Amino acid sequence: MTDHDLVRDARARIAQAARGLLRTPLCLVGLPLVPLQLVTYPMVLVTVGVPLLLLVTALVRHYAGFFRTWAGRVLDTEVPPPYRLPANRGPMTRVRTIATDPATWRDLAFLPVNAVAGVFFGVLPPALWLGGAFGFLVPLLWLAGGREVEFTLVDADTPGGFVAAPFLGAAYLAAAWWVTPRAAVLHARVVRLLLAPSATAALTDRVRALSDSRADTVDAQAAELRRIERDLHDGAQARLVALGMSLGMAEELLARDPRAARELVVEARQSSSLALAELRDLVRGIHPPVLADRGLDGAVRALALAHPLPVEVDLELDGRPEAPVESAAYFAVAESLTNVAKHSGATGAWVRVRHEGGRLALMIGDNGRGGAEPAEGGGLRGIERRLAAFDGTLGVASPVGGPTIVTMELPCELSSVKTSSSSGTA
Amino acid sequence: MRVVLGEDLVLLRDGLIRLLRAYDFDVVEAVDSGPALLDALLDHRPDVAVVDVRLPPTFTDEGLRAAIEARKRVPGLPVLVLSQYVEQLYARELLSDRGGAVGYLLKDRVSDVRQFVDAIRRVASGGTAMDPEVITQLLARGARDRPLTTLTPREREVLSLMAEGRSNGAIATRLFVTEKAVGKHIANIFGKLGLPMSEDDNRRVLAVLAYLDRV
Repeated sequence: MTDHDLVRDARARIAQAARGLLRTPLCLVGLPLVPLQLVTYPMVLVTVGVPLLLLVTALVRHYAGFFRTWAGRVLDTEVPPPYRLPANRGPMTRVRTIATDPATWRDLAFLPVNAVAGVFFGVLPPALWLGGAFGFLVPLLWLAGGREVEFTLVDADTPGGFVAAPFLGAAYLAAAWWVTPRAAVLHARVVRLLLAPSATAALTDRVRALSDSRADTVDAQAAELRRIERDLHDGAQARLVALGMSLGMAEELLARDPRAARELVVEARQSSSLALAELRDLVRGIHPPVLADRGLDGAVRALALAHPLPVEVDLELDGRPEAPVESAAYFAVAESLTNVAKHSGATGAWVRVRHEGGRLALMIGDNGRGGAEPAEGGGLRGIERRLAAFDGTLGVASPVGGPTIVTMELPCELSSVKTSSSSGTA
Repeated sequence: MRVVLGEDLVLLRDGLIRLLRAYDFDVVEAVDSGPALLDALLDHRPDVAVVDVRLPPTFTDEGLRAAIEARKRVPGLPVLVLSQYVEQLYARELLSDRGGAVGYLLKDRVSDVRQFVDAIRRVASGGTAMDPEVITQLLARGARDRPLTTLTPREREVLSLMAEGRSNGAIATRLFVTEKAVGKHIANIFGKLGLPMSEDDNRRVLAVLAYLDRV
């Protein structure tokens, strides 16, 4: 380390210590919020308390939010807010949610703890810096006549005091050097301890996210079943009835009017073809046969083959994911490729599939005009919900002007069987 | 004409046997699983095999795999594959050995008995019988390619019928034109697509499919 670096470093640390000191009053400002909040609780009994409590809580939460952001920046992680969301927006529900939310009480505990920590970690580094500097100044003071000035157990009459004082000062400076960057980190840790969601809160959050996605999945499945039922009822089933009718009439007419009977038989055959075509489409929508036959590998290649644009497939899997995950991944790729064909204006697309670190990673890209985003009710949102059921995630990078890249990740294990594409000529 | 049949559904198997016998085919063996099918094909070396894609024991594409395997051991063994759905991937795998004498049809085509029997005969004699649905998909896919867009609608019609494996005569009857007119259309198509002219029905179709495959 050159001298220049040392000076610059020292300056940075002193500035850091100064900032810590400036933070101190900010930490103290929070203190009066404690009695304020406590006082509003009994006041809820008189109606005025309700808006007052909401106001004070909002204030406390903003204040805590500021420190949450600060701690996150210092520790280089995100400190997420732990608050529960009120089920509906009525003021009384809000009050109840606030009062029963453990995060409210942790905020309240945070205020005094933060004040103490703020003062301690704010004052300590500047004190050490000043003390260190004073150690070097104090022999001069003694020479100037201020003999009664004491410096950490040392005064002018202590034997060897003139040498000991600068040494002590140096020790202080060394301590200041060491403590300064750590003080902020320790303070931030204290803040995080109190303001980040507790393990219970994190778990509660997780449970809520899971039950949300389960509800989504159940809804989607129910809607899907209804669609299948309707399609069968209005389509294939109706056609089979018509077919039976045609055949019945043909049977009647066979002896009397063979020509008309023949026409009816032809009609019946057409009816059966249409019914089969409808059933085929329906099956494809439920579980594509090629997916069952060949797994994700073959099914994605089949999608690429059938796509109106040239699609490059780069797929390496050492086995097959569990069937539901495989199916979700397939439909996600299918939907993404449909989007590419419908909206992107691209002239080419690519699909990349890998399994790494216990996650199935799917990427679909095109060279189109970009600007894709998961809008409510849109295809991308549909994929997101489908993936959420498996704890999967969807990311869309699509700047206006393109290109668009959709990334999806699904946690899953692969079964060890390698899927082969029979002749290997696909 | 000796036929081996691979179909696991009893109803359909009996129906097919009845149908084939009615048209004077000799069904030498009808099997209901992939391994049995492969054995039967290698034992009998039939004039044509009619095979369901999905067969036991895996109920996936066992039939297709058995057919491809048999053709590997007996090159050019005529195989007509039937399936509940058409998948370009499978059509491609069947055509990939370039031996001709293959067919890939939707199961419901069986209901048009005359055309179905015609397709079996075509495959048995070394031609091809591709399902119109496969061809439509291939052509739709090919639409992004420049030379295909230069074809007139009539030429496209002729191209898809040709790709299904039909002869000039059959195309002429289908489109109510003379065989000579069909020949002229085909010459135009080959010219526009840059394909070498050939008298052989089978090679002709393979050339078309190879072209469509490339795009």
